[in-house]
Amino acid sequence: MTLLETESDRLLAAVRRLLEAKGIASTAEIAERIEVTDRASPGQGARMVARAWTDPDYRALLLEDGSKAAEMLGIPMRGMPPLGVLENAPGLHHLIVCTLCSCYPRAVLGYPPYWYKSAGYRARAVRDPRGLIAEWGTVLPEGTKVTVLDSTADYRWMVLPARPAGTEGWSEAQLAALVRQGDMIGVTVPAA
Amino acid sequence: MAVFAPGARVRVRDDWPETRGPAHIRTPHYVRGAQGIVVRPLGAFRNPEDLAFARPAAPRALYHVRFEQAPIWRDGHPRDNPGDDAGANTQNDPGDTLLVEIFEQWLEPA
Repeated sequence: MTLLETESDRLLAAVRRLLEAKGIASTAEIAERIEVTDRASPGQGARMVARAWTDPDYRALLLEDGSKAAEMLGIPMRGMPPLGVLENAPGLHHLIVCTLCSCYPRAVLGYPPYWYKSAGYRARAVRDPRGLIAEWGTVLPEGTKVTVLDSTADYRWMVLPARPAGTEGWSEAQLAALVRQGDMIGVTVPAA
Repeated sequence: MAVFAPGARVRVRDDWPETRGPAHIRTPHYVRGAQGIVVRPLGAFRNPEDLAFARPAAPRALYHVRFEQAPIWRDGHPRDNPGDDAGANTQNDPGDTLLVEIFEQWLEPA
């Protein structure tokens, strides 16, 4: 039997024992990392968006240093790639893709949706972004320019969507509940 | 190696190392040879072209570079090709752009 034929749980157990024996990662550290990974979800990114909509200083920090802004809300970023944030504004819409593979800001958005890694999404996001966005039912106001962000290297990127009209006076929690995964990738925009 | 300031006009090298042997490249094929504008430096990161092969990898400057979408697709847009339904009613508007992270070794002044 070769290593590749070994049952995966036995292989995993063997690797974990070795990591522990060689002092690379303890059982507790691995458990902690699994917990952090499981906790990451679009709800984390939505909290950051809602804070940015209600706190101009936080918005400025988010656009300047996404990792620092995430940590301010208790989202662990240690060991994660730096986070960049792009702001949608009147006349400007952003769409995020990784054409080379599947780079995704997992620390703040969790696991990527299945379609994000598909060859179809990756090819069309750069080739025909307006057609792709339209298929999501997203209507951009006339005259809006589209910037496609191809995540090709060491950063991870998320979109800060525009705060929808009709949300004046809403609490941060109410606003966060509006924000969906696709809004922070740029295939959709939030609506009240 | 040139250092680029925000606003610098650059050209991505029209180079295809993957045709010469095993290679790991973070420069998408569709921007090779294209001209763009440096938006800002993003810092220095260990060169993925060496990292991927477990070779010693020196930090290299990474830049955010902006490209106009339309000139990238030199064979025209899907809307111009009636047989291609994918983008039949859409277009790359003038002013639509692409933002791509590109390492310094792929950029030259334009």
